[in-house]
Amino acid sequence: MSYAVKNLTQASRELIAFRIGDQEFSVNIMSVREIRGWTPAMQLPHAPADVRGVINLRGAVLPIVDLSARLGMKDAEPTARHVIIVAQVGKRIVGLLVEAVSDILTITEENIQPVPEISSDLAKQYAKGILAFDKRMICMIELDHLFPETYLEKESEAA
Amino acid sequence: MKKKVLTVDDSRTIRNMLLVTLNNAGFETIQAEDGIEGLEVLEGCNPDVIVTDINMPRLDGFGFIEGVRRNDKYRAIPILVLTTESDAEKKNRARQAGATGWIVKPFDPAKLIDAIERVTA
Amino acid sequence: MDMNEIKEIFFQECEEQLAELESGLLKLNDGDRDPETVNAVFRAVHSIKGGAGAFGLDDLVGFAHVFETTLDCVRSNKLEPNQDVLKVMLKSADVLADLVTASRDGGGVDEARSRGLVKELEALAHGEMPSAHAEVAKPAKAEAPKPSDDSGFQPIPFTFDGFDDDVPAAKGSVYEIGFKPRHDLYAKGNEAALLLRDLSKLGEMSVGCDMEQLPTLDKLDPEASYFSWKISLTTEKTEADIRSVFEFAEWDCDLDVKLAAAKPSDEELPMVPVPFDLSSLDDELGSDTKAADEAAAVVATEAAANVSKMAAAAARVEKKEAAAPAPAPAQAAATAAAGQTIRVDLDRVDRLINLVGELVINQAMLSQSVIENDASGTSAVNMGLEELQQLTREIQDSVMAIRAQPVKPVFQRMSRIVREVADMVGKQIRLVTEGENTEVDKTVIDKIAEPLTHMIRNAVDHGIESPEKREAAGKDPEGTIKLSAKHRSGRILIELIDDGGGINRERVKQKAIDNDLISPDANLSDEEIDNLIFAPGFSTADTISDISGRGVGMDVVKRSIQALGGRISISSRPGLGSTFTMSLPLTLAVLDGMVVTVAGQTLVVPLTAIVETLQPEASAIHSFGATQRLISIRNSFCPLVDVGRILNFRATQANPVEGVALLVESEGGGQRALMVDAIQGQRQVVIKSLEANYTHVPGIAAATILGDGRVALILDVDAVVAASRGQSLSPEMSLAATG
Repeated sequence: MSYAVKNLTQASRELIAFRIGDQEFSVNIMSVREIRGWTPAMQLPHAPADVRGVINLRGAVLPIVDLSARLGMKDAEPTARHVIIVAQVGKRIVGLLVEAVSDILTITEENIQPVPEISSDLAKQYAKGILAFDKRMICMIELDHLFPETYLEKESEAA
Repeated sequence: MKKKVLTVDDSRTIRNMLLVTLNNAGFETIQAEDGIEGLEVLEGCNPDVIVTDINMPRLDGFGFIEGVRRNDKYRAIPILVLTTESDAEKKNRARQAGATGWIVKPFDPAKLIDAIERVTA
Repeated sequence: MDMNEIKEIFFQECEEQLAELESGLLKLNDGDRDPETVNAVFRAVHSIKGGAGAFGLDDLVGFAHVFETTLDCVRSNKLEPNQDVLKVMLKSADVLADLVTASRDGGGVDEARSRGLVKELEALAHGEMPSAHAEVAKPAKAEAPKPSDDSGFQPIPFTFDGFDDDVPAAKGSVYEIGFKPRHDLYAKGNEAALLLRDLSKLGEMSVGCDMEQLPTLDKLDPEASYFSWKISLTTEKTEADIRSVFEFAEWDCDLDVKLAAAKPSDEELPMVPVPFDLSSLDDELGSDTKAADEAAAVVATEAAANVSKMAAAAARVEKKEAAAPAPAPAQAAATAAAGQTIRVDLDRVDRLINLVGELVINQAMLSQSVIENDASGTSAVNMGLEELQQLTREIQDSVMAIRAQPVKPVFQRMSRIVREVADMVGKQIRLVTEGENTEVDKTVIDKIAEPLTHMIRNAVDHGIESPEKREAAGKDPEGTIKLSAKHRSGRILIELIDDGGGINRERVKQKAIDNDLISPDANLSDEEIDNLIFAPGFSTADTISDISGRGVGMDVVKRSIQALGGRISISSRPGLGSTFTMSLPLTLAVLDGMVVTVAGQTLVVPLTAIVETLQPEASAIHSFGATQRLISIRNSFCPLVDVGRILNFRATQANPVEGVALLVESEGGGQRALMVDAIQGQRQVVIKSLEANYTHVPGIAAATILGDGRVALILDVDAVVAASRGQSLSPEMSLAATG
């Protein structure tokens, strides 16, 4: 992301909030391409547990990552109500399987609170802040941290 | 009114250089890739001056110049030969074919424009 | 467009010219003596020189000039292009290519080599045409225009007498110039008026026109030249500067330039002094050509008043007599018009291919949903769908054809490698190519070059024997390597045949035993021994040579061919030579596949890998050890491979009797029976990259999208077979196989 864009979005920015289990998370709307309903994915051999498989996104092959499993929670059991957030991560496009999109938030820096020290290692890795919003707590996810450029390769090599 | 230049050269590189140079100097430029195409294009474009290469496939510069000079309608058009041939024999042949003047390569925009100015009003 | 873009065009053009050059030289080498071939070769070098000069690439210009001079000797029949001459020229073409590369990418060239070749080229030109040598000796300098050629083009500050009154009187010497144009001067498009104009730029000028030669109107030939001029020019320029104004015209006029002692007075000129006025010149020259009588009238009435008009009109006069019909230019008939081409950015083509790929998928999806939703269907809808399918298929074929290119450029590169390597190892080798116009997808062409280079090096280094050995064996001391390409059943077949010593099977076997590739008591067929050279880590050379060594073996060649979806095999006859056969897909964008079901998932198996399909009977299945099972097919036993198990789609092996076996030929030699649950059908599928958004998946070659819009994976048959041999289907292995 260029410096100019950062500055522009510093004042106020938009996030997409979504639900996994009883928790709420959010990602920067700038990295979200579209939101789709869940369709069964083609299973990939030897794939890590959080990779559900691949689906057809208008001619491109899109890997689907179960965000619940990826965040260290239990594996999702996708239903027709589940959605896929199609997001740009680095040069790749990834589908994030979540339970439901809950909100589009406009926030400023003041809304963001630092991640408390007690957080687990995994949470610390992806969480870049916590939002207090209407008595809700929403964890802000940094997708680049959740999927570092080489993440997908590493994951499959480890398998 | 813009002066019209017909350039005939088989090299894409030189054609592009001619185009850029001539357009920058305010000429209208028409291009052909060899002598045959040059003669075809000549019909109907009525240029003020022609710049042609010598070594070309299908019909070389000598043949092209002769073709222009044989054409009653266009035989008075000044023709400049753009060529790396610096030796007298080639120049002489071009002259005999009816060339008005020549520009010795390597290609130099200033030389080209100067030579065109010399043979056109 | 800026200079950098033009430079890019120049380098593109160089590539084309270099290919043209090499193919022309090879034609000459084969005895072709068509003058147009020689001309094309000459033009190629000439063109490179011309462009290089414009960009100040002096090394390139210098070498190209020497090369061109020698080629000119051939062109003018002063030098016979025999084998020896062509050998030097082919090497020179290689150096020229290196110089182009160095000019484009930076970096140096083998200077000793290029200097050596300059000497050889000069010797060739010198030996046959001594007079040319002087120019050859100083290549870069010879190109630079001599000062006398050039001085007329220098920008000169000028003053116009009678044009700008504020200009102070010119200083310097006074020249008396006599100028009498001949008819030819006008016939070549020169204008007396323009020459006078340019002369006037040199200083202060007065002009007198001699019209005594002008006949009466009835005798006047509008094409003839009747006038001459006496000019008095006061200038600081030299006589050479004055003469250079007449550079283009000096052959076609009488020119007399002499230094006068003092400023001339009008009395010294016996003619009417005419103030030189440019104001009406533009209009006159810009006007259309005039009919003869009209021009004559102009001449008669206005000559005395305005000489410049006269000159202009005389030059522009149109001849009335019917001219003899122009004979057709000889060269035009000699060469057929080249096919029309346009250049298109590859990205655009690929985008189009992708879109058509999606169209194909969409069309399939539409057909499927029509069938599903309305099984009966109306005939109009069905007919429309059928037509759509037909059209889609045709569009796809046409689009694929855009990417198809002849293998010629790659084959041409090989001839250079043969020359260089043969030189290095002191062998005499001729490369014969066949079917170089065979077309295949550009990606395949790009990717085939490297393995092919390696194979050619190998053939030269190890395949062909030394001239002494060949003579001792009663063979032609010159070895032959034949490289051919042809289409066969939807694939391209490339063969590399050498007439060398063939595979030394004893040595290969020993080496394989030494390297633990086979057990000492292994009983192998000749074919199996020959194919051992493709085994990883195998190298037959006793010493790893610079040429084909570098620790890279035929196993790497084989893997790169496989990565392209191709196969390679060797057959060899001792003492007679070896034949490498490569079969490659024509395109990497689509694939004919068999769609199968495995553990509820849909997979595609490349059709080219499948030998036959069979329904196993319980009696044909035999257990072998703890987990392995064999199937007997026509009295031979073939290992059964459960695809679902290998890909980890299921935890236990399926019952073979409930499925279908696909007999596949694997690259490692030997067959395997791949067990799948069911066959859905055959279809052409568009290959989609998994790597674009994910990563390489072991056992999977790529993905595709089926008619129902769902993704299916394309099986990597060789990886699956390799995994069944006990090699793990680990990412490292598969990554190495594609890298």
